[in-house]
Amino acid sequence: MTDTSIPSQPYSAANEAGFGDYFALLKPRVMTLVVFTAFVGLLAAPTPVHPFVGFCAILFIAIGGGASGALNMWWDADIDAVMKRTRRRPIPAGKVTGADAFGIGIALSAFSVVFLGLATNWVAAGLLAFTIFFYVVIYTMWLKRWTPQNIVIGGAAGAFPPMIGWAAATGGVSIESVLMFCLTFMWTPPHFWALALFMRKDYDNADVPMLTVTHGRRATRIHILAYTVLLAVLALAAGFTSIGGPVYIATAVVLNAMFLRGAVQIWRRDEDMSEADNFRVERKFFKLSLLYLFAHFGAILVEAGFDKFGVWA
Amino acid sequence: MSLSKQHELHQRRFGRNLAVGVILAGLIAIVFGLTVVKVTGGDYQTPATQSVSQ
Repeated sequence: MTDTSIPSQPYSAANEAGFGDYFALLKPRVMTLVVFTAFVGLLAAPTPVHPFVGFCAILFIAIGGGASGALNMWWDADIDAVMKRTRRRPIPAGKVTGADAFGIGIALSAFSVVFLGLATNWVAAGLLAFTIFFYVVIYTMWLKRWTPQNIVIGGAAGAFPPMIGWAAATGGVSIESVLMFCLTFMWTPPHFWALALFMRKDYDNADVPMLTVTHGRRATRIHILAYTVLLAVLALAAGFTSIGGPVYIATAVVLNAMFLRGAVQIWRRDEDMSEADNFRVERKFFKLSLLYLFAHFGAILVEAGFDKFGVWA
Repeated sequence: MSLSKQHELHQRRFGRNLAVGVILAGLIAIVFGLTVVKVTGGDYQTPATQSVSQ
């Protein structure tokens, strides 16, 4: 990216960024969630979309999500360098400069929003632009280092993709797309707080005001249970809208029962019990949370497929 | 010092340059594909002009 400039630091060929390093700026693992949920939102929508337009819509939403990831890495490079989980990211590893990450993030943000607007409609493009703004400015720059509710608010950014996918197909927002948003939004806090319970030193060192640090671990356990109860209500409610159906309801009943059981176990445990078995229950809950989200959106996808082929008709 | 035909830099950055090339080719394919879909789908169809009968 800066081939013609004179490097200010000693040149090291071994530390030169490859394509994979630039790709890593886009947070590919987060992108899989974005792609999957946006795809579900697009297919669950009642309006059919041309397959190529649908493919492009998902691609541009993924690029927009990746762009916000690059901007997040640019801003958070100082925190990433401290945390064990993130210290091998391209900027703290010295592979990519912060300025490059910023440039890539801004360019891809503009590209993804404009192309999504041209390929589908400007409601979807506007939602994507707002998502990028929300994640980078509201969450990363403002709230992440300021409030222990950072995860709750930041979760909204990750919850927008199914709504954008739905808007790409329908040109609007509806109760179904709002419920899909709520599903990811309410799922994010218990998912990350469970992680924070067994990765506590990371957040302590980085001085990020996680709930575990500011309000204590007991309060975090109570919060996990409260959000899991609210999540269960929303997840089951979605089953009675047009995106739901027998497969979704069956999935939601089983997984919410398991998730609630895990949350109750976390709530009943204290630090001594968790330390004794190296946070076995918290780790199990975190793994279950990954399955939880993919299974719910997978069930919505199955229901959408059944609708298209008239299985329940 | 003479410049070699294939500089070490070119070899080192081959993967990166290849990826940029593939991305640019993909962009062309996407723009072309979208244009075909939009035009054949009637998204940019101009309204039919009405002839004035005498």
